[in-house]
Amino acid sequence: MTTFVDTLKTFYETEPDRPSVTLQHPGQPDFTITYRELIERANDYAAAYARAGIKPGDVVILILQHGRDLVYSFWGAVLHGAIPSMMPFLTEKLSPERYRSDLTTLFTHSRPTGIVTYPEFETDVKTMVTESGHTVRDVFVTDRIEKQETVDFASLSGMKRDEGETVLLQHSSGSTGLQKGVALSHRAIFNHLDAYGEAIRLTRDDVIVSWLPLYHDMGLIACFILPILRGVHVIQMSPFDWVRAPYRMLQTISSYHGTLTWLPNFAYNFCAQRIRDRDLEGVNLSSWRASINTSEPVKFKSHQVFYERFKGFGLRLETLQTSYGMAENTFAVTQNDLDKLPCVEEIDRESYITDKIARPAHDDRPSIQMMSCGQPISNTSIRVVDDQGHDLPERHVGEIVLKSNCMLNEYYNRPDITKQAFLPGGWYKSGDYGYVVNNEVFVAGRKKDLIIVGGKNVYPQDLEALACEVSGVHPGRTVAFGLFDEDEGTEEVVIIAEVETDDESEHERIAGDIRKHVTKNSAIALRHVRVVGPGWVLKTSSGKVARAANKEKFIKELAASQ
Amino acid sequence: MSEEMQKQLSDFIAAKILKQPKRVIQPAEALISGGVIDSFSLVDLALFVEDTFGVRIADSELNANTFDSIEQLSNLIIARQKK
Repeated sequence: MTTFVDTLKTFYETEPDRPSVTLQHPGQPDFTITYRELIERANDYAAAYARAGIKPGDVVILILQHGRDLVYSFWGAVLHGAIPSMMPFLTEKLSPERYRSDLTTLFTHSRPTGIVTYPEFETDVKTMVTESGHTVRDVFVTDRIEKQETVDFASLSGMKRDEGETVLLQHSSGSTGLQKGVALSHRAIFNHLDAYGEAIRLTRDDVIVSWLPLYHDMGLIACFILPILRGVHVIQMSPFDWVRAPYRMLQTISSYHGTLTWLPNFAYNFCAQRIRDRDLEGVNLSSWRASINTSEPVKFKSHQVFYERFKGFGLRLETLQTSYGMAENTFAVTQNDLDKLPCVEEIDRESYITDKIARPAHDDRPSIQMMSCGQPISNTSIRVVDDQGHDLPERHVGEIVLKSNCMLNEYYNRPDITKQAFLPGGWYKSGDYGYVVNNEVFVAGRKKDLIIVGGKNVYPQDLEALACEVSGVHPGRTVAFGLFDEDEGTEEVVIIAEVETDDESEHERIAGDIRKHVTKNSAIALRHVRVVGPGWVLKTSSGKVARAANKEKFIKELAASQ
Repeated sequence: MSEEMQKQLSDFIAAKILKQPKRVIQPAEALISGGVIDSFSLVDLALFVEDTFGVRIADSELNANTFDSIEQLSNLIIARQKK
């Protein structure tokens, strides 16, 4: 039996000076945390949690940004046997009121007993706790964590946890996502690291480079848990710094001889378009053995533009790989064989849309290009099923369902939705559509409407509700959807709102108000905001907004206007 | 000079970032804190400024503390052009 704490203890005793995490902050020297430092400072947090009466098995919410306190407070919770969960930090574009209501949602469902935050945020957090966090025993402020002299593993309550017990919670962003904490056990995560480590042939010589946020599975599992528990050095920068200076990731790969990255599809386009040669002087990417594209639909065109842009800097085409994953399976479900390029095929568009069969394209008929996400990792089985849960043949598009030894324990405190998530026999319903050819998994879209923008999942109903709050907008007559933009390599968010007037200048004004209101309350940037006159928005016979039909209408009008 | 620059910035933001070409951005309108420009578009704005006005804005300056409106941005550009 092994738990996270057993593994940390081994590192502490056998390789305390091994570098674990290097944190980068612009304008500052890189800060490297060894296993000794990581465990000793985490132990400070563990002691603080214990003193405050946080019990093993309690949830501790971390409201922190990229930095050492996030690392220490997380592992401190693990050492104490508490369950850490990271909450996205308040950004300047999100309104404090909305953030407060998101936290309330999180408090209601996760029932945390501890919260960790910065001194600047202490008053705000305490107010929110008084209003809604009735279970919270203490707010821990980063500058008031007392240093401990020694680490005594025997006295840590984390040593007494069972490997089947929940070790961490993952929430996806947005108010809907905060209602579902994915609870993963020590055992599930170790099983995943075994199977996934084998799929990517992980060794201790690997160096991982990441700018991914840690509240998302790709950042948390692949670029935080996996390297720390496997003795692999990880170099991390903040997503806020990366988005302003995407070249930094390439400079870091070059200077640290980085071997592995995980990136959402849009990042390939973003880097290819927005990095200038002057920022790449002396950059050599030849150490980079795999950059794994996952978390939003994977596009071969994005790989092509990225490769063309950076091949002169030592990038190999084989470095660009794919995977398909979800937090409920810890992280990865599939991984492409790193020795091969991901399989790319053209399928017949009409057959795909009308028959839901991905037939290879022939002659000059319109086609859709698909790229495989690879094969299921060794501990995970998948099936593609129809609406009744019956298996579908190869090339037929259906829902991907999976079974493995690295599944979630539950959606935390939500037995209702946990039960609904599985088919009989323990097959988890992913909610993703896809098809299989020769064991290669192609992912084709979402069962429910979900917009994936820049690697972030957004529920359209959340955005529609926000747009309805804007003065002048007809209640119940807003539509939100994603529109794939090939140049950007991701979906862009479109909102259509119906108003009472046909006055064009009034439309422009309301569009501006919607953009501000929705962005401030969701932290999602809108690309097209279209305000339309009475009667534009199409509804179903039952009076619901018909997203697909409105999307089609919008696309037609957009094409006609260009 | 400043007015012409402000118009160019407004046109760029309206057409390329907001995709509402008819929209006029007011010189004092809060761009970053007001949710008009998201962080993904800040690099585009910096590259546009560099290509159009020959002035570099460092990535560490791409935040509301350095500039949050077209007026503040154009002042920053003019100050740097004089250097």
